[in-house]
Amino acid sequence: MNIHEYQGKDIFRKYGIPVPKGVALTEPGKAQAAAQSLIDETKNEVVVVKAQIHAGGRGKAGGVKVVKGAAAAQQAANEIFGKTLVTHQTGPEGKKVQRLLVEQGLAIGRELYLAVVLDREKRRVTVMASTEGGMEIEEVAAKTPEKILKVTVDPAVGLQPYQARQLAFGLGLTGDAAKELGKFLSALERLFMEEDCSLVEINPLVVTKDNHLVALDAKFNLEDNAAFRHPEWNTWRDMSEEKDVEVEAKAAGLSYIQLDGNIGCLVNGAGLAMGTMDIIKHYGGEPANFLDVGGGATKEAVTKAFKIILTSPTVKGIFVNIFGGIAQCDTIAAGVIAATKELGLSVPLVVRLEGTNVELGRKMLSESGLKITPAATMGEGAQKIVQLVKGA
Amino acid sequence: MAILVNKDTKVLVQGITGGYGGNHTRWCMQYGTQIVAGVTPGKGGQKFEDKVPIFDTVSDAVQKTQADASMIFVPPPFAADAILEAIDAGVKLVICITEGIPANDMVKVRRVLDGQSATRLVGPNCPGVITPGQCKIGIMPGHIHKPGRIGVVSRSGTLTYEAVGQLSALGIGQSSCVGIGGDPVNGTDFIDVLQLFNADPDTDGVIMIGEIGGNAEELAAEYIKREFKKPVCGFIAGTTAPPGKRMGHAGAIISGGKGTAADKIAALQDARVKIAPTPSDLGTTLRSML
Repeated sequence: MNIHEYQGKDIFRKYGIPVPKGVALTEPGKAQAAAQSLIDETKNEVVVVKAQIHAGGRGKAGGVKVVKGAAAAQQAANEIFGKTLVTHQTGPEGKKVQRLLVEQGLAIGRELYLAVVLDREKRRVTVMASTEGGMEIEEVAAKTPEKILKVTVDPAVGLQPYQARQLAFGLGLTGDAAKELGKFLSALERLFMEEDCSLVEINPLVVTKDNHLVALDAKFNLEDNAAFRHPEWNTWRDMSEEKDVEVEAKAAGLSYIQLDGNIGCLVNGAGLAMGTMDIIKHYGGEPANFLDVGGGATKEAVTKAFKIILTSPTVKGIFVNIFGGIAQCDTIAAGVIAATKELGLSVPLVVRLEGTNVELGRKMLSESGLKITPAATMGEGAQKIVQLVKGA
Repeated sequence: MAILVNKDTKVLVQGITGGYGGNHTRWCMQYGTQIVAGVTPGKGGQKFEDKVPIFDTVSDAVQKTQADASMIFVPPPFAADAILEAIDAGVKLVICITEGIPANDMVKVRRVLDGQSATRLVGPNCPGVITPGQCKIGIMPGHIHKPGRIGVVSRSGTLTYEAVGQLSALGIGQSSCVGIGGDPVNGTDFIDVLQLFNADPDTDGVIMIGEIGGNAEELAAEYIKREFKKPVCGFIAGTTAPPGKRMGHAGAIISGGKGTAADKIAALQDARVKIAPTPSDLGTTLRSML
């Protein structure tokens, strides 16, 4: 799960990590007042108005404006709010700005990069830092990998002072900033574990002109599997950032991701679901979705899943591909029948069933009166649905 | 001979009294697996199916029954603790079926695993391990398997069933099938299993099924190129997966341009692994290499 920058900065404040003073807004009208209060407090006319969307690259897309004075802040807010930002992370459709963060301006000396990530290769948490703040870290990694410093945390003892010193010297920090980094990093490490993050990225981490560290940005990925111990995440979730159909699927216990094609897939198991998309593409079709109904799928979940596919306007054909290990073929059949009874079936349907209770499942489908094209194997099923959709 | 489990393996089940754990334990027993104990804290002294003794702790169960493998069905909030308890009790092989364990919990478990050598963990978020005709520890449908000489190792449950179903239909049996699981931080990895298959005189070739995310397949490719002596047929799921999206499995995500199917396929091909054009061609591709 992703959260907004202003929410991430609230978490930073809780852990004593310095961030600029700021006010989050859900409507642009209050920007002037927010800016004025910041100016009064900091005695600095410079304020920054930042679009709050779950994607990087906001600055280049015109979603961040540095202005002087409260009136200018209001004007910037009016321009940004409601605008659709297209960045390298939003996809071509972009994201509409519905929240803003108005922040105090800072006298910036240097811009650095700092991130804490779950490092799959090391199976540990790794802290990454770079002098190339403000740039895309993937780009830095590709062009100048030597400019990325890494220290890996041993979970038995945690981040050690020598590791913080390595990074401080590597980043060329001196004086107060160098001293602050140790405290900054240990707070960040504690936060990473306690708040169950899989990524915390600060880009840029700034060294102010008077040589103090401030987190100017906050990007968080929270670990979905840990949601059970974080009831507060429900209040942080911004539904407008997620596709309605994916939210609906998730509520039903389904794993669903919308794609650009026209062949809907209903599959059990994540690997087989991906493999089904791949095989459709291999035979010249385009998958409309990833959908894993899961191992313990109930009739209700399958019904819901099939309804989601049936109601998608782009779907021109459906491929049900089940290898029932835990999932039972009769349950799948019951769900497919229930959903089509309610919504009708106007597109070709190819069904491949294999595994537990397969005979019962096939019998239920053949007696349902639905127009179903059976397939004996996954390959045969994929070829049939691609042909049917092309012929239609 | 096979790898990891055989007819002599004595299995204890952590979470045996849950509905899901209970059903699968019953199916394992029907397959012929020696289920010697169950562990559910607070239910010590009871019996499962009137015959399998239940203990309060793993260490009790091991002492009384000499169990050398554990199958874990404990729910995600308590699963890391269950794995650590099994490691502490010295269980040789721990197979964790549970899906949804927080990755940061697994980082700690992995640290404990790395500091010892008595216990091997398979999973979590995996279908388990089976040696056909001898021992099934996990949730895979037993009847699709057939004893034989091909090893299967996979990050995906259902794609493993797909591969096994095709092999059996072609009359090709399996020595052992190992699901290493779909989580970003796991125990046993491709290389560990490949090493076991390499050394197993009863395994003639291997099907290896990977997916997007991480670099386990790339590392396996390096190992295969360097040391592996037997033919390997492979498949990588997720060629069509969009970047930045988690495809069901917690570990199946392309992030920062890394972990793509194309990279993994290239690495495996470089190691002379024959990639099946589709997951429906795993059996025939493997057969063409024998």
